[in-house]
This record gives sequence, structure tokens and C-alpha cells, in this order.
Amino acid sequence: MSEYPATRNQGNGETLLTRVDLLVIAGMIAPNTRVLDVGCGDGSLLKHLAETKNVDARGIELSQKGVNDCVEKGLSVIQGDADMDLFDYPDKSFDYVVLSQTLQATRKPKAVLEQMLRIGKYSIVSFPNFGHWKLRFQLMFTGRMPMTGILSNPWYDTANIHFCTIRDFVELSDIVQARIDKAIALKGNGSPLGFTAPWRVWNFFGEQAVFLLSDRKAGDI
Amino acid sequence: MLATPVNAATVYPAPDRSTAGHVLEFPVSQPLALDAGVPLSPFSIAYQTYGALNADKSNAVLICHALTGDQFVASSNPVTGRPGWWTTMVGPGRPIDTNRFFVICSNVVGGCMGSTGPASTNPATGKPYGLELPVITIRDMVRAQAMLVDHLGIDKLFCVAGGSMGGMQVLQWAAMYPERVFSALPLATGARHSSQNIAFHEVGRQAIMADPDWCAGRYLENGSRPMKGLSVARMAAHITYMSDEALHRKFGRKLQDRAAPTFSFDAEFQIESYLRHQGTSFVERFDANSYLYVTRAMDYFDLAADYGGLLAQAFMKSNTRFCVVSFTSDWLFPTSDSRAIVHALNASGASVSFVEIETDKGHDAFLLDVPELFSTTRGFIDAAAKVRGI
Repeated sequence: MSEYPATRNQGNGETLLTRVDLLVIAGMIAPNTRVLDVGCGDGSLLKHLAETKNVDARGIELSQKGVNDCVEKGLSVIQGDADMDLFDYPDKSFDYVVLSQTLQATRKPKAVLEQMLRIGKYSIVSFPNFGHWKLRFQLMFTGRMPMTGILSNPWYDTANIHFCTIRDFVELSDIVQARIDKAIALKGNGSPLGFTAPWRVWNFFGEQAVFLLSDRKAGDI
Repeated sequence: MLATPVNAATVYPAPDRSTAGHVLEFPVSQPLALDAGVPLSPFSIAYQTYGALNADKSNAVLICHALTGDQFVASSNPVTGRPGWWTTMVGPGRPIDTNRFFVICSNVVGGCMGSTGPASTNPATGKPYGLELPVITIRDMVRAQAMLVDHLGIDKLFCVAGGSMGGMQVLQWAAMYPERVFSALPLATGARHSSQNIAFHEVGRQAIMADPDWCAGRYLENGSRPMKGLSVARMAAHITYMSDEALHRKFGRKLQDRAAPTFSFDAEFQIESYLRHQGTSFVERFDANSYLYVTRAMDYFDLAADYGGLLAQAFMKSNTRFCVVSFTSDWLFPTSDSRAIVHALNASGASVSFVEIETDKGHDAFLLDVPELFSTTRGFIDAAAKVRGI
């Protein structure tokens, strides 16, 4: 899970979406669609989408506090988790299924991704890139599990159990027969890397990545 | 033996006007069409209201009571003199705020607090119905409530809320009258009564029927009351409302008013004394035949069965906003029951929130002081009220 706050309080009761991957995700979502945010936290992204894009916003969140925060925002959120609760949704019941900074915390990332592709016309996944140069250098020179601003907890005290690199994720996408409709890698300062750069450049310089996927098996949408 | 013998003359007054609050009488021309295939007519509904209905009649909240509840949700019960049964949830400044909402709560048909039930007079015989009253279902209760809501001139309820059997009524409302329910709050409930739950109810009913004072249901005419049977039924049921952890926390193996075991069948343990007290205080306020009818209504409840076996069909194209709540230590209506409702609502595309609240208070948690329940309810109600423009 990301340890970054998702919003900034504006002081007037309004909050502004500040987590850069959430802004990128919001940019990928078309107005007036149905969105399921898996691991929606306090509902910041869903609320933002409901208010700015008129989406029918639904969520799944593990923590009781997160669900309460969402319900208070008027969002429809159920307590549950990605590993257990995606199986019950009908095929293609959402336009977008979002999994932000949560894939690495699931027990079965492949099964979760397969379920997302089944439920949504599109799936959007953001995750921290374990292939980022800082992590590689830390592991190489200190011989210890890397810790960065985005992954700030020690190995024994983190919900993140399935780290992957951008190249690993591209391979998994192929295995589950997902089509990569769009991919954005973000540098440490939040700015996107050049679109034309090859995967291995992204994999080295991207601190996190956001992928827009669809089900290859479902044909063209 | 019960801890305290109860004098038959002092217990359970048959429903009358002085203790029922408002009573709405439906004449023969407005029968209640029962699932049993016969009309109930004439019949009465006893109800209470709190707060004021707004000009466009958009702020009405219907509270559905549980098995042995009544219409006195937020005001003191005239029979027992005790406060309303849900004053933590319903009242001025409470999550269901009577300063904002017009709250309606009616006694279920088949009950014993003023609505027509087995202790009411059968117009055909001039005697109490007893078991001549047709079996009542959850659907029948909801149909009767809809007639009351019609009478009050309310087209669409802002919210229908309730726990346990009340939650079943909430689900039935949402399925049967989707266009009349803006939001629904089913708590600690299920879309069907489980085999285990039917089994517990049957134990209770058999305890009542085994009491010689039950007189095949005609005890009112015989001047007797099946107090022991009803008390045992309540004791057995009460166990199912609590969790093992809470029982252990409250009572453990502590002895009642003694330092050492007396090697007898007295109420040696505190839990025994507590259960006996629950049993004896219950018979003072509840009619034994009514207990047979309301437990039976729950047993028959299987919402999916009415919709081709698919629960999702019950909520197809529903625009109602749902908030489903379960409690971790509730083994009567476990979280899996609530999840089945949530899955069906998701499959039907309905708007649903779901929280499982961590507590050791068991099934009764929905009636107790559980802050997470209040914060969830407040959030859900406030957000829905904003959308509804209240």
C-alpha cells in the first residue's frame, strides 16, 4: 500500500487530489462511466471522479475506517479485499476497475488481475516499480532491502508482499492476455517519462507506473 | 423452576388503547391480503411517530422492529415503563435525527402491542384468535406497513431501517416497493432464515406448546398463561443473541450470591440467574402465541425464493441506496449472510455500502452502544439526505 497521503486539505473543507498516480488514473477515466476502485482507501479518488467526471463510483476497502470515511462521503463502498471479493462481480459490470498501489499487497496478483480484466472493460493498475535505480543501488551497495519515500516501511512491517518491476508487470499482462492500451511511468518528482522510451529505460527511471489494460480475449471494445 | 414466580393476573395485558399509542383501524373494505391466501379483515396497526413530516413529505423514515420489539422505538414503553428500544440510534441529534426526519415505527401484524395478532379478538367468534389467526409472513408485515404509509400520505420513504427481523422487512420493502424506498439500512440480518435459526425457533415454540398452561393456544379464555414455556423460549433465544466472548466477559463461571457450589439445581452460576431473569421479565411483556407467529414469519423468510432462486433478481434495476452492516461476533446472522445480500446487490448493479463492525456483542450489537455503527449510519444517512435534498 502506498504510504503517501492521497489528498491535501484546502482548509475550506475541500480536499485536492495530490497523489500523482491518482491524478494520472483520473486522467485515464472517461466521464459518465462506472468505476470500481479496489482498495479505495478513504475514497479520495472516487469522490474526485464522482464530482469532476460524474462517474458512478463504487469501491472495495479492507479497513473499517476507510469504509466509514467513504460512506460519510456518500460513496458506495463495501468492506472486502481484492483477493476475496472480486469473484462475485458479474462480467463487464464496470467500465473501469482501478487498483492503485495495491497489487503488490495482494496474495495472488495474477488472479486479481484476471478478475479485474473480467469485471471491467478497462483495468487501471498503478504500482511502485521495484526496478527503479534507487532500489537497485540500495540493494547492490547496502545488501539490505531497499526503503524509499514511496516504500517507507521496513520489510518486516509492510503490507507489500508481491513487489514487481515494470518489466515483470508487462510480462504478467501478456500471461493474462491483457492488452496494454496505455502505460505511464512516473519519475521520483512525479513527472512522466518520455512515451517513446523503451521498457528498460522506464524500468530503470520510473519510480512508479500506471497501466491501462483491457482483456485481449474480449476483442476490441 | 423460574427464579421469580409471576402472577398470571399481573402479566401481559391484552393489547388495549391505553398502551398501544396510535392505532389505525382498517375496516372490512380494506383487508390485508395475506400470503396464507386469506384476507385479514378488519385489522389494526399500532404505531408511533416522532418528529415532523416536511412539506414535500420527503423526510419520512420507517423503522422496522425486531422479533420482540414494538412501536416504541424512541419513547418509553407504556407496558414496561422502560425507555424506547433504540434511543441510541433514533432521537434528537441521534444518527436518525428526529429533528430532521419524520420517524414512523409500527407494531408488526401478528405482534402483541396493539396491531392485530393472535391475542386480538376474532370477529367471527368474538374470542381471541389464538391459532385461528392465519400464519403471518414478513411480506404480510410489510404490506401492512405500506398501507399505514399510504394512510399517512407518504409516497416515498427517505429510509427504511431495521435489524434482525427488522432487517428482513427492510429487504422486503426494497424488493417489493423499490420506487418507494430512497435508502435502506438492513442491519445484522439475512435474506433468508438459516436452518440453524429455524431450529432455534422450533425449540422455543415447542417449549411454549409443551407448557400445560398453553391450552392448545386457548389460554386467554382459560385464564392461564404458558409462562414457563415462554420463559424457556426466551432463555434459549437470548443465548443466540450474545457471543461466547461476551458471555465469558460478563459472567465467566462466576457463582450467583454464593462463595462455593451448593451441589444443587438452583441458579448456581450467574449466567443461569441472568437467563432466568431474561425469561421472567419477557413473559411480563409478551404474548406466547404472538411469539409463535413472529418466529414463524422469520422462518418462512427466503427472499431469493420469491425471485426464481436468484437474490439479485429481487433488486434488479433498484435505485435504492443500501447500507448493509454486520457484526463480527454475530453467529445468528453471521457476516456471510450480509455478504450474500451485498453480492446480490452488486450483481444487480444497486448502490451498496457494506461494513462489518468488530465487536464481541453478538447479534444484539445492533441495539447496543456501538460507536462504529452510529458513525456508519450517520455518514450514510447524511450523505443520502444531501442527495435527497433534505
